[in-house]
Amino acid sequence: MKNFKENIMKIIFFMAASTSILAVALICLFLFINGVPAMAKIGFFEFLLGVNWKPGNTPPSYGIFPMILGSIYVTAGAILIGVPTGVLTAVFMARYCPKRLYRILKPAVDLLAGIPSVVYGFFGLVVIVPFIRDTFGGTGSSMLTASILLGIMILPTIIGVSESAIRAVPRNYYEGGVALGASHERSIFFVELPAAKSGIMAAVVLGIGRAIGETMAVIMVAGNQARMPKGLLKGVRTLTANIVIEMGYAADLHREALIATAVVLFVFILLINLLLSIVKRRAR
Amino acid sequence: MMEYINTRTLRQKLKSYKRSPLSLVLFALVIVSAIVTVGILLFLIGYIVIKGIPNIRPELFEWNYTTLNVSLLPALINTVIMTFISILIAGPIGVFSAIYLVEYAKRGNKFVNIIRITAETLSGIPSIVYGFFGMLFFVTALGWGMSLLAGAFTLSIMILPLIMRTSEEALKSVPDSYREGSYGLGAGKLRTVFKIVLPSAMPGILAGVILGIGRIVGETAALIYTAGTVAEIPSGKDFLFDSTRTLSVHMYALASEGLYVDQSYATAVVLLLIVILINWFSAFIARKLTKI
Repeated sequence: MKNFKENIMKIIFFMAASTSILAVALICLFLFINGVPAMAKIGFFEFLLGVNWKPGNTPPSYGIFPMILGSIYVTAGAILIGVPTGVLTAVFMARYCPKRLYRILKPAVDLLAGIPSVVYGFFGLVVIVPFIRDTFGGTGSSMLTASILLGIMILPTIIGVSESAIRAVPRNYYEGGVALGASHERSIFFVELPAAKSGIMAAVVLGIGRAIGETMAVIMVAGNQARMPKGLLKGVRTLTANIVIEMGYAADLHREALIATAVVLFVFILLINLLLSIVKRRAR
Repeated sequence: MMEYINTRTLRQKLKSYKRSPLSLVLFALVIVSAIVTVGILLFLIGYIVIKGIPNIRPELFEWNYTTLNVSLLPALINTVIMTFISILIAGPIGVFSAIYLVEYAKRGNKFVNIIRITAETLSGIPSIVYGFFGMLFFVTALGWGMSLLAGAFTLSIMILPLIMRTSEEALKSVPDSYREGSYGLGAGKLRTVFKIVLPSAMPGILAGVILGIGRIVGETAALIYTAGTVAEIPSGKDFLFDSTRTLSVHMYALASEGLYVDQSYATAVVLLLIVILINWFSAFIARKLTKI
């Protein structure tokens, strides 16, 4: 009887552990089954490299290249803003911060990670958009606005991962640097940071993943015009925004094209995950 | 840990900066970045709280949502129900998979590697993709319609990797001597897991579950097309299949309509408050863990 119970529970634990495999399999299956036929119908290259997204036209055209570029530009902008700030803050937290300040700073950064993306989006809408409009002109809902907001949103990811990478560098690296006459800063930036390089790379890749997948905040500040990105201060639409905005009323091929857009986004994420695991392996 | 920095006096520091201007620049950059990060957080919270608190009015907490009162109470209650169901699904599955990974699986097991890889993949998938999958699978293929249940299942897949990872770490941190002691007293494996290992790992597991609650409360993109946006408290026999909006979705609806800016501020304050509380509570429990 006792053995029986043990075995049953072992099977239950095993089944629970298989759930994540099942989930990934189902997600892949449903996205690809629903999305790939649409890609074939539209034409693979016309879909990926077409520059016109006009589902309402006759005949409709479904080119998502503007949105792919939009996602890439906005993400690049976010990385340009978020990575230097984040890594430098991580250096502060790991190597400058007094212990008592750290006890406040660490929860603050965690809180930054916990704030819902709608709240970020709303903040962008009422603070950053008017600011950009007043300083640079235009409508304010632009690629620059989205980049700034996403740059802020990826900060906690960058700070958290880089900080633990910097802390993982053995202390004698720093001591060696100082012993050779380097200043505190030089030892950190030219000895410790290069040693923590792959950990910081992992932080950047994670940040890219977060930025490219972010939806609600971007929709609220990016303007969302479905055309080729025209400039830093002009509106832009990302892949994620394209899906959410049009899914509410899309039907037939239009709907399938949106699912295919999600497939493209999903493949992007899988590639980023792959890159991340390569970077992590190098870190070990 | 940081004593080696503090052993230098200010004058020594200044002297070394004079010798190496680059160091001074780097130092300034580090300080400025830290101030910017903290400044953004304080500004964001301060701005929303200052603008939002005066807008928190009693009619925001009326039982029924109308376009006149824009009550957030139904959404708040829906959030609680949604969180409860999602945790009910993801909690046991996450903890049980962690138990399998830590207590049962043999080292170097190929199956374990696959679980790790898939869990990592899951944690990298953006919430909109979960929302899309939920729409295709739970809403359409299983025919649940846009409903509380479809939303809860979608969310539980989303937070599963988080709960798995934190539970795994919590279980791993239980010293082996506990297990050996239990076996030595004649307990079986199952009894050891449930009576000895799980209770000792509970604070860590709870901290992870609370983080999961935080993600559920803040989620929007995964819910719009799975749970829908109806601002009513689900009721009746089939309440699991009613469409509901959580507080974050409510907030998005208000902010994007652009008609209810004041109420958006108030809703943002309530959301922020909940998130701050959840974060604090998770940290509190995690600190309890390190004290043991």
